[in-house]
Amino acid sequence: MRWIVASLSLVFAAGAYANDIGQVKTAKGTAHIEREGKLLPVAAGMQVRQADTLVTGRDGAVGITFLDNCLVSTGPNSTLVLEKYRFDSTTHAGEFDASLKRGSLAVISGKMVKQSPDAMRIRTPSSILGVRGTEFVVKVD
Amino acid sequence: MEVLIVGALLALALLSQPQLPAETVVLLPGPDGRVGTVIIERSTGRTVLNEPYASSRAAGARETQAGALSEQQVRSEFGNVLAALPARVVEPPAPSRAEGETQARAQTEQQPAAPPARPVSFLLYFGRGQDELTEESKTLWQRVLEELRARPQSDIVVIGHTDRVGAAVANDELSLQRAERVKADLVAQGIVAERIRAAGRGEREPLVPTADGVEEPRNRRVEVSVR
Repeated sequence: MRWIVASLSLVFAAGAYANDIGQVKTAKGTAHIEREGKLLPVAAGMQVRQADTLVTGRDGAVGITFLDNCLVSTGPNSTLVLEKYRFDSTTHAGEFDASLKRGSLAVISGKMVKQSPDAMRIRTPSSILGVRGTEFVVKVD
Repeated sequence: MEVLIVGALLALALLSQPQLPAETVVLLPGPDGRVGTVIIERSTGRTVLNEPYASSRAAGARETQAGALSEQQVRSEFGNVLAALPARVVEPPAPSRAEGETQARAQTEQQPAAPPARPVSFLLYFGRGQDELTEESKTLWQRVLEELRARPQSDIVVIGHTDRVGAAVANDELSLQRAERVKADLVAQGIVAERIRAAGRGEREPLVPTADGVEEPRNRRVEVSVR
């Protein structure tokens, strides 16, 4: 039994690590991440995961570097849902779906878009942006 | 009469989605001046942006304005979000050295300084078919360690590559083995394992393109990126 508990916790520990899809590199003002019903304050160095929702306040701005070197930042009063992120570091195949509910977003696409131009989609309340590369900004207000 | 009906339908269409906010999308040129493409799909049709500063403004699903914005306009509307972008991760360019020469090299990004430390990447070279560093690369190793210790907040990506000798599948394995070896050596030197990701790209990304089966020392390498 003890062995099962030990190996289970090992699986969870490894799983948690494997779920990380990027890292916060810049953080300014009020910002938090909603994850599994919890509110986590954002700080540089923090790992982000699939299904995280990033919310910034009036003075907030956050920048994230993803596994495939894709760079994403949100400005003040923004809500960004990281719906789906998958990246194969050997083949560079992957998928990145995010949804900007409000606020502003800047994107510099990474290796997965270079490999497969249909890999990245950003949703806004009224449109779907297909990202064929490489740099753009969006604002919803 | 017809005009009235169309007008009424239009008003109805607008009223039926009053909750949809306005949006602006702008395509930006990269640091090398090149632009990509963004395709905007709305219920009213699609818009393709593929020119520098090309933009599309919409109220709900209706495009209200298109055309290029000025750089100043973009800066005044998007300055705060652009300022939050992390520093670019630049992949090392192919070396222009004589065939067969192995050389330890380090590249630093050429961007203006940003508050978070700029990403830097190092190339370590290997002997043929093995996961042992060349003599030149062993001397670069100390610099890599110093850089990693100086930046405890950074994450580290270790990507292994091979030349095109041998089967592609075997090279996937060898490239990962090289990356894992470098990772293990970094961990042995006190770098926290959780900061490091190892990956193998096999023979897919040669620094020096060659025909299959050709031995090329410059392609037997591991790239260590500190982001």
